[in-house]
Amino acid sequence: MENLPSLTKDQIIQDLLPKKFGKIGMIWTFTLISICLFGAFAYYRQLSKGLAVTNMGDYVSWGIYISNFVFFVAISLVGSLITAIFRLSNMKWATPLTRIAEIIAVSAIVFASLIIIIDMGRPDRMLNLFLHGRIQSPIMWDVIVISTYFVISLLLLYLPLLPDLKIMIKFKAQSSSILNKLYLFQGSFWRGTSEQFKVSDRAITILCITIIPVAFSIHTVTSWLFATTYRPGWDSTNFGAYFISGAFLVGAGGVVVAMFIFRKFYKLERYITEMHFEKMGRIVVMLSLLYLYFNINEYLVPAFKMKTGEEAHLKGLFTGEFAPLFWFAILVGMVIPILILVFKKGRKPLPVFIAGIMIVIGAWFKRYLIVTPTLLHPFLPMQDAPAKFHHYFPSWEEWAIAMATLAGSLLVITFFARIYPIIPIQETITEQDETCMSLPPTKQPE
Amino acid sequence: MENNTSRRDFLVNGLLVTAAATATGCGNNPFAPEEKVELSGETVKLLSVDGEIIEIDKAFLKPIPQMPPLTNSEERKGIEGKKFVMVIDLARCKNLKKCQEACNHAHSLNPGQNWIKVLSMKEAEESAPFWQPTTCMHCDQPPCVKVCPVDATFKRQDGLVLIDSDRCIGCRFCMAACPYSTRVFNWGEPILEESVAAQPYSCETSMPQKIGTVSKCDFCPDMARMGELPHCVSACPNGVFMFGDLNEDSVTNGAETFRFSELIKDKAGYRLMEDLGTKPSVYYLPPVGRNFPYESGLENLSSADKQTH
Repeated sequence: MENLPSLTKDQIIQDLLPKKFGKIGMIWTFTLISICLFGAFAYYRQLSKGLAVTNMGDYVSWGIYISNFVFFVAISLVGSLITAIFRLSNMKWATPLTRIAEIIAVSAIVFASLIIIIDMGRPDRMLNLFLHGRIQSPIMWDVIVISTYFVISLLLLYLPLLPDLKIMIKFKAQSSSILNKLYLFQGSFWRGTSEQFKVSDRAITILCITIIPVAFSIHTVTSWLFATTYRPGWDSTNFGAYFISGAFLVGAGGVVVAMFIFRKFYKLERYITEMHFEKMGRIVVMLSLLYLYFNINEYLVPAFKMKTGEEAHLKGLFTGEFAPLFWFAILVGMVIPILILVFKKGRKPLPVFIAGIMIVIGAWFKRYLIVTPTLLHPFLPMQDAPAKFHHYFPSWEEWAIAMATLAGSLLVITFFARIYPIIPIQETITEQDETCMSLPPTKQPE
Repeated sequence: MENNTSRRDFLVNGLLVTAAATATGCGNNPFAPEEKVELSGETVKLLSVDGEIIEIDKAFLKPIPQMPPLTNSEERKGIEGKKFVMVIDLARCKNLKKCQEACNHAHSLNPGQNWIKVLSMKEAEESAPFWQPTTCMHCDQPPCVKVCPVDATFKRQDGLVLIDSDRCIGCRFCMAACPYSTRVFNWGEPILEESVAAQPYSCETSMPQKIGTVSKCDFCPDMARMGELPHCVSACPNGVFMFGDLNEDSVTNGAETFRFSELIKDKAGYRLMEDLGTKPSVYYLPPVGRNFPYESGLENLSSADKQTH
């Protein structure tokens, strides 16, 4: 790292070893736990009364559970972007961000799977997916690729953690005995021999190559849950690429938000520097433009033709009941972040953080707009059905459960950062050594 | 068709009784009658399983209240040699909703659930409105079956698309996939009469409904097995629905019987959303030369739909 040449190894270790929660950390954690408990209570109600506690109906048969699922799958893609794509393209500056990206990916994919089980009418029959599974259904494809992605992401989180576990075992005086037992259990076999590093590096490279097609698959297949139906708004060949570009955007947005928060509360200014915000800012601009491009394709081309089936759907988005949300998602989720980040001044930590928050919130509503409005515009008129099926607004149980899954994923990230170093210690040390000694010139950071 | 089936039923029932009767000779067998039967002296001739004609006392015969239950795999296979088809004559419909009433009653559907919806349709601004009863289309390329992850909704050899509510996981992908919005979901625990709730579940009766699973019009294969017409067909006083077998090329509404191919040709029958390639088994006859004016059906609009009219 060019800007931390004066740091000693011990300093780095002391800076990056996990720390106990402060006061704010405690409040934050307990808030998240209470949201989760409240969501668990709502889910208990749903389990005992069935999906009747939701406001879904025979027309809007998928609600915020599914849009939340799409959001989670989307944000989890960032693991592959930052860990794999950056690593393979030799972008060394991103090293301090890899673990943040990877834990976001893992926790998001866990809650994506959870929310899909929550959405099931008969979660007790989940085993049927394995007993009677049929490969022709896009849901089966999703089950396969999501579980594969989860395993690879977990390994990509674990393998680079091994050298750090060794450091933490060495500094065991600084953590509780339970945690030390955990570190020993997870990493006592790691001695840090060059042979072990060779095997581990090779494994990480293989995983990085494998995770890219798998990551593309999870979100493409998720888009196909919609695109394989006939409905206006979903019946689109653009959907796979549209979803992937949106996923990279929200994932990168999530990472800059997490970067800012970790940097502030763990005092990591020397490790996550302004340079990182500058570079991530550039990447986010590029991804926003890309997503905007796909949005233009997705909405403008059908709007030019205004086929009867599409007309009601598109008008509902552009000027109708979903217009406020639609323009919010476009402006706040894409256009304003571009306007902030396209300027050099906008790529300072705080504006990047604000843009990141806008992107993540915009993206959450964007997923809702992809799922629900389409379902309110079926081919045949909505008649001979209860009046409440003609509209959809989530019930409090749905909000509670959806928010609890979001809180749950944040909780996983929070606990992870409490237990493990959120910035790879060993890699930081190695890179600093390389910089200081000006060793192999190819590994010089730019 | 009707006669054939009932004669076969009689034979099947008879044979079961015979089997039970002939087995009574052995000491410890599960088929032995529970009480002692007093011989009546009158005998009947029956065809045994081996094809022999045998004579037994009438006292051994007892009526079987229900058809012997079918196994799940038989229900998934369908009725051999059949290809069910429905024709709906839009010129005869005046939104009486007797079809819906009969269907809801026969399948113990809960309030708000309609397997048959009678839609008020209007193709273009200047064209005339008409009433369109919609059932499940029992597509030959069913989008719902394609997307089901667990084979809970399936296509049978007799053309029917049915649901196995014992297997359905409630993901509702089929509901999103169906362009005809025909599927309804049991969001809560269905309210059922005790006698219905006690029935063993069958994919052919689609009863009893189960919480967290999808249901829809099933073309009443249980009625077809008994040689009877689906409930909507026999309930309609105007003969809107005609049900039959494509292989026999005939459809009937109970009162009249038509040669299917001629009916479709004469009256220019069509299917809904032909362009989607779903290949429905339900044909519509256009609302030409109508028996009733459209307006006569308005009074039967459901309260929810009245607001939008």
